[in-house]
Amino acid sequence: MTDASGHALALEHITHRFGDMVAASNINLDIKPGELVSLLGPSGCGKTTLLKIIAGFLRPTEGDVLVDGAAITHIPPNRRRIGIVFQNYALFPHMTVADNVGYGLAAAGRPKGEIAATVKEMLDVVQMSAFGDRLPRQLSGGQQQRVALARCLAIRPRILLLDEPFSALDKNLRLDMQIEIKRLQRQSGITTVLVTHDQEEALSISDRIAVLSRGILEQLAAPSEIYDRPRTLFVNTFVGTANLIEGIVAAKTKSDTGVRIGDAVIDTNLPTYLAVGDPILLSVRPESVRLSKAAGGLPVRIRAVMPIGPSQIYDVLLADGTPVKVVQDRAASAPDLTADSDAFLVIDGRRISGLFTNPDPTPGA
Amino acid sequence: MAAAATEKSREWQLALPLTAFFALFFVAPLLLVIGISFQATRRMTGGLGLNQYAAFLGDSLNVEVLTDTLLLGVKATLLCLIFGYPLAWLFTRVSAKLQSLLIFLVILPIVTSVVVRTFAWIVILGRHGMVNDTIVALGLSAQPLHLLFSEAGVVIVLTQVQMPLMVLPLITVLQRIDPNLASASSALGAGAWRTFFKITLPLSMPGIIAGTILTYTACVTAFVTQSLIGGSRLLYMPMMIFQQAMDLQNWPFAAAVSVIFMISVLLIVALLVALSRGRAARLYG
Repeated sequence: MTDASGHALALEHITHRFGDMVAASNINLDIKPGELVSLLGPSGCGKTTLLKIIAGFLRPTEGDVLVDGAAITHIPPNRRRIGIVFQNYALFPHMTVADNVGYGLAAAGRPKGEIAATVKEMLDVVQMSAFGDRLPRQLSGGQQQRVALARCLAIRPRILLLDEPFSALDKNLRLDMQIEIKRLQRQSGITTVLVTHDQEEALSISDRIAVLSRGILEQLAAPSEIYDRPRTLFVNTFVGTANLIEGIVAAKTKSDTGVRIGDAVIDTNLPTYLAVGDPILLSVRPESVRLSKAAGGLPVRIRAVMPIGPSQIYDVLLADGTPVKVVQDRAASAPDLTADSDAFLVIDGRRISGLFTNPDPTPGA
Repeated sequence: MAAAATEKSREWQLALPLTAFFALFFVAPLLLVIGISFQATRRMTGGLGLNQYAAFLGDSLNVEVLTDTLLLGVKATLLCLIFGYPLAWLFTRVSAKLQSLLIFLVILPIVTSVVVRTFAWIVILGRHGMVNDTIVALGLSAQPLHLLFSEAGVVIVLTQVQMPLMVLPLITVLQRIDPNLASASSALGAGAWRTFFKITLPLSMPGIIAGTILTYTACVTAFVTQSLIGGSRLLYMPMMIFQQAMDLQNWPFAAAVSVIFMISVLLIVALLVALSRGRAARLYG
């Protein structure tokens, strides 16, 4: 339904300013043919600006957009063959589903018979064949999204752009559509860029994730790497839940760092460019720490215990008052780990997610 | 439940004061006019008949005044649409600051007294007015043009005066159109013209029809503008009614002319409403 092989998409040194506001700052992205890459970040991070630049609705202040190595920055959107599905689907309200899907082909001046055949094929692909004569407002949100996708794929775009595609759907439908879009994307091998602020969505659907913050590309990597080895403090806190614990660099080698927290020293297998004696932030995911009544580790006080199905969430306080969340299997949790009791927090130095410069160290920590 | 139902059933009483006002000062005089139009003689001696209608329709000069008036409305309304649509479109695409400036310029004709702005136009359009001085100075014409006391002048002034009635509904409708629709059309390969004719124009049809109805009815009944700019050589229906009723004291004939004029305009409005119903049904169900 699209070209047999996907197309490569590259952003080279893209910078975009709105007046004094820098919406994108020297962004470089290399997207392989057939890849699905998510642009992930909070609102105002520049992800929508980048999508508009790729689609051609915005001309970047600096830099180039390349498809298969050829710059398309100067080409208007209607000649780029880049399909986009909008957050609100943007179906033409005065046209039937079939006319919507055939719109791009009619604009290209294709014969009527060919348009009808392609429309039928596309509606089959998204399982909407029975709805060709309906108007968009007669469809549910999920159905409208399928039509928007079919309309976009009908022109056999070289690149597919999805702008917050699942945010308007309710939770159950969202998962179904995520699976469906992933399946269609795999099947067609179309290079896809998805914009989202939902980290779970990005983690589950993407081949790679580009995390953006304030116009800067923080990290571009596979979902597991983004989660396990976030390169910056922003990525670390934006993706997943992170416990940030203040410490001091106690010892360092080329590849390892010892971090002193209170009276304990935790040997980590991550390097740092900070010097011995500098304040540092150690980040560890809730599922990578363990609570125990047996002495050893950092002394903590349990503030709350919340059972959620197979696991327990503990909210504990370190001696200096830093809150830490712990998630562990209920089966592996001692029954005497109750609220308002003391326990010990065991941090495995091999399972921490990152060591970062402490931007705001507490005096005396 | 029952209390709520009674409350609901009594809500219509809120409309009573306006209904009474309307019945007393609009419906009653209107019925009176219709009644008088069936008086057979000028002296209204009691004999009823269609004599006044026959007299109007029997004279081709009268029918000409009617068609002139209806066509005057068509010309001015078309000009309002042609100038107003780009203005309304521009409005939806500029900054909030420029928007307030534009809206001020658009409603300026409404907030100026009709007599003041008509006299201003007489000064502008006169033989030695600004327009003619410029035309002569630029060498576009050796002689000043007859703009004042001509139909062209009336159309120009009506276009300016009634512009807000066209532009305001257009702005309302254009602002409601999702800008993503134009972007989607463009991404699907459509050029700017195709996007306009296939997406923007059909979706702004309700505003075009509403603006056309308002502008048209206002243009054909614009007594002051028609008579002051048109002068005594041009005769339109409102002036004709005025002359018959006030100067000649021929009330039955004036009433018949009024009824004929009203029905003609209502027919045109009904046609436009029917058009918009068909569209609205498709758009909004």
